[in-house]
Amino acid sequence: MTERTRMLVGLLAGAAVATVLSAAAHAQETVKIGLLATLEGPFAAGGQDGMRGAELAVKEKNGMAGGKKIEIIKASSDAKPDVAVNATRKLVEQDKVQIMVGPLSGSEGIAVKDYSKSQPGVTFINGSSGAQATTLVNPSPNFFRFNTEGAQWMVGLGDYALNDKKYKKMALIAEDYAFPYSQVQGFMAGYCKLGGKVTHKAWVPLGGKDYSSVIAKLPTDVDALLVVLGGSDAVNFLSQYEQAGGDKPMVGGSITVDQTVLNFKGKRRESLLGTPAAGPMADSIDTPEWKKFVADYKANFKDGFPSPSLFAYVYYINMKAALDGLDAVKGDLSGNQEKYREALKNLKLKTPTGEITLDENRQAIGPTFITEVAKGPDGTFYNKVVKTVPKVDQRLNLSKEEFEKMGLGSRDVPSCP
Amino acid sequence: MSAAHWRKAMNFTAPSRNWSGGRATAAPRSATTTAATPSTASILQAWRHIGLRHVFVLAAVLLYPWIVPPFFTYQIGGQALTLGLIALSLTFLAGYGGMLSLAQMTVAGIAGYIVAILGVSGTPDISLGWPWWLVVVLAVMGGTLAATFIGWLSVRTEGIYTIMITLAIGMAFFYLAQQNYAIFNGFQGFQKVVPPVVLDTDWRTPIPFYYLALFWALAGYFFVKYLIRAPFGVALQGVRDNARRMSALGYSPVAHRVAAYAVAGVIASIGGVLLVWYNGLITPGSVGTSWMINILIVAVLGGMRHPIGPFIGAVVFVLLQNFAIDLIDRERFNLVIGLVFLVIVLFSPDGLLGWWDRLRDWARRRMADAGAHVRGRGVRGGEWRSVSVSQARPAGRP
Amino acid sequence: MTLLRRWFWVWLFGLPLLALAIWGIVDNERLFFATTLNGLTLAALYFLVASGFTLVFGLLRNVNLAHGSLYLLGAYVGWVVGEWSDSWLLAVAAGFLFAALMGLLLQIGVFRYMHGEDLRQTMATIALSIIAADIALWIWGGQIYQFDPPRWIIGSTALPIVGKFATYRLVLLAMAIVIGLALWWFLARTRVGMMIRAGVDDRAMLSASGVNVQMVFAITFAIGAGLAGFAGVVGGTALSIAPGEDTRYLLASLVVVIVGGMGSVAGAALGAVLVGLAEQFGLAYAPTYGVVFTFVIMALVLAFRPHGILGRGT
Repeated sequence: MTERTRMLVGLLAGAAVATVLSAAAHAQETVKIGLLATLEGPFAAGGQDGMRGAELAVKEKNGMAGGKKIEIIKASSDAKPDVAVNATRKLVEQDKVQIMVGPLSGSEGIAVKDYSKSQPGVTFINGSSGAQATTLVNPSPNFFRFNTEGAQWMVGLGDYALNDKKYKKMALIAEDYAFPYSQVQGFMAGYCKLGGKVTHKAWVPLGGKDYSSVIAKLPTDVDALLVVLGGSDAVNFLSQYEQAGGDKPMVGGSITVDQTVLNFKGKRRESLLGTPAAGPMADSIDTPEWKKFVADYKANFKDGFPSPSLFAYVYYINMKAALDGLDAVKGDLSGNQEKYREALKNLKLKTPTGEITLDENRQAIGPTFITEVAKGPDGTFYNKVVKTVPKVDQRLNLSKEEFEKMGLGSRDVPSCP
Repeated sequence: MSAAHWRKAMNFTAPSRNWSGGRATAAPRSATTTAATPSTASILQAWRHIGLRHVFVLAAVLLYPWIVPPFFTYQIGGQALTLGLIALSLTFLAGYGGMLSLAQMTVAGIAGYIVAILGVSGTPDISLGWPWWLVVVLAVMGGTLAATFIGWLSVRTEGIYTIMITLAIGMAFFYLAQQNYAIFNGFQGFQKVVPPVVLDTDWRTPIPFYYLALFWALAGYFFVKYLIRAPFGVALQGVRDNARRMSALGYSPVAHRVAAYAVAGVIASIGGVLLVWYNGLITPGSVGTSWMINILIVAVLGGMRHPIGPFIGAVVFVLLQNFAIDLIDRERFNLVIGLVFLVIVLFSPDGLLGWWDRLRDWARRRMADAGAHVRGRGVRGGEWRSVSVSQARPAGRP
Repeated sequence: MTLLRRWFWVWLFGLPLLALAIWGIVDNERLFFATTLNGLTLAALYFLVASGFTLVFGLLRNVNLAHGSLYLLGAYVGWVVGEWSDSWLLAVAAGFLFAALMGLLLQIGVFRYMHGEDLRQTMATIALSIIAADIALWIWGGQIYQFDPPRWIIGSTALPIVGKFATYRLVLLAMAIVIGLALWWFLARTRVGMMIRAGVDDRAMLSASGVNVQMVFAITFAIGAGLAGFAGVVGGTALSIAPGEDTRYLLASLVVVIVGGMGSVAGAALGAVLVGLAEQFGLAYAPTYGVVFTFVIMALVLAFRPHGILGRGT
């Protein structure tokens, strides 16, 4: 070997040793957090916003928590449970994250929860998955969910529809899978108990956009329609309903009355005013904490939405919980993260919408906001908060016996024709 | 009649209309023997062809879990072997039978669903909780029955029509599984479908699962390799090349084709059982369009000319799926896969195997040229040229 | 098939359907006729999409599985032009032209070199559809886009028995009839149409008689792709554009063309009517499993009449 080659090799070796040493030293002071969202497929926009929300939480703490530096490792899925588990497994076993935040969709959440049982050394915190079964059926001791789920999001709306809006009989249009089942259960648990009647349930197959036959079958003797469709499907439904001559008022689900629907250009636009809906947040919450959150989001993400979406908000609070927990134990993740998990269990999370605590299944108990569509001073439509239900638990504020008798939401549960 | 006699009768070395558009298939690598009886002849031929590279690959694959971390064993190794097995069924049907069926993932899914429904899962109101060995046997039987039924429906179609009818059948099953809650548990599917603990080894842990998958992958591989030289396989390839001629010789193309679907169904069902154990769950998404196309990509990527192709394709696919996010955005994973697939289809319809073969031929020719060049330096111009030409074609290879 | 055999099949399927129809009318007249009309108008949309597909297959023997992507890309580009120019008609034209251009480029740049290799072309189209879907997701994201057609199109018309019915769907039906007739006139009465029909029957003879076959192929692919883009804008106005629509309309075109017969525009019309009616009646009377019906029909037709109802054997 020539002199030059030897010098080069020596330099490289020295650099390698230095990197390894610094990485080792570095590693002691870093906490690795894995972040999983749906970045492929139709939910990609929601997943991107979820990541923005999580990044905002990290940025608020200047990238440090519990005295240690936070390193975020991202992964992506496409809303399929097997892909989500593969991505999680890579983060946990290959990238060696100590805390896992994710996933985005309901069925992925159940699969990741099952996986978490085989990894007792890692703490799993939810992203935005909202299936009831994740924490009600076979809960995992190291899976924490700091956001309320689909059914909790509708608690209080049934009461409001019956007593405030005086809708005594309703017909339901929703998509035929788990998330709408839980939303409908959240609504009907209260509505049926107080005497309301849902006489017709139209479950539309997933992905169907042609509602004409469904509309033709709707009964004419109901007071209102409960529409649990995603925002853009809701616009399709509204246009087709209007063109078929329908004129009943609407009650929306948590993702129904969003920006797309509020900008609906049809003739019946004025009839949208007063449409109630419910969810874990609303664009127009009037507290300083919420306004700061929206301002921070807008300032940090010029390429984001005009206002943080549901996904951004929910990922934000889950990541915030992860970091607040680290602060509480001063970064001590030793002993199989026992102290950390105790801290999480007892955490009183201060979120932009209020306080969130966990129940015995590590599921969040938090506020639900009832909103109504109103017209702002500049003529645009927005969702005005009309009522807040402060502490909604996963039993939908029913007693244990009542809830267990009802079971989880499905096509026929609950039922009050 | 001996296998060699079959081959001569079928005019095996003639150019065939396989799916890559009229290129000649590789002739079987064994020389013909006339003296020995068929069984000993084939065994002798087999031994002759175990080269150093085969031993090396087998050793590497056996020692793999002890060299790499458990993540690589389970998620890369285990998953690649499982997907490779399912894609092997597609390669067998398409490469050797001439029928490109997109419903292999459906067959695997049916077997997986049977494991979930009859065995233990997280949905006790549907799952029956029968013992695992019974469930697996029933799953493979069920999958094979389904494959035979699919074959019976598809047998009179050919080429693109086969693709379409199998796609339609796959979609029908997908929607059935998604909409039916009584048996298939609809959109949720079945969770917690875990492999059993057998003789104190938990088959869910990385190393035992890897060896389980490896065992079945090797079994599938050798079975297909054996089958394509057996009379049934040769007749099947004859049906692929010229069904009318086969029919004139007295063979029933329809029977051979349906039987091929059934055989592929067995392979795919075993792959399906392994897949549901690997994932620990099965949902309609596991049998939807994206996975049906993924299996096709895996098979085409590796090359449909040889049973090792699907496994190579599976390894590349799984590596891309896991590490694309570290190299480029995982968001654009589909774009990368689509581009790779397009490049393979445009430039090397025989997949990575085809490229490997071409590379080897090129290297061999270069070395032969160099050798001839060295040897011929002392010879006059014209003679040197003729020497190099004959040296360039290695003896004994078609 | 002998006359008796043909009538046997018609009666075997026709009688139970007739009985069901009578029951439907008696049970809920409005629903039955509304569903029938819905089915026919959906069939109009499917015909628009599928006619391009069957045209390309009939002449070029190329199963263009990227047809759905052409639909989606045409819709997106049409939306962009519509937003920029505030004219829905311009959006429709833009969708048609963009998709036609894409089709032309594909034929000249990719498929010309794979002449005769059917399966290889199909694989290439699958790869292209994956790429196109991801590029569309990259550029336009996962949101859903709505068109802004003129007021008179979006409204309701009062019809007998059915009551109020969406005007746009009737417009769709009219458009499909007009385009169907235009296609028939093009194929039956123009020189290029004659060349296309001759090529469908016998490509070699067409080339031997001195016609520039590559040019005919290119024109056909352009028209077929353009129809997909046109259908994209028109369908997107009715049902909005989103990722995933490409697979949906591709599958729908496949089913329509297979049921009706590959390579036959009349077959595409027949197939579209059958599939549209099956889908809407399934949705109205058996919503849970209605989706499975369409694919079961396709599988059955392929199993028992491999070339479709009006297809001709190759």
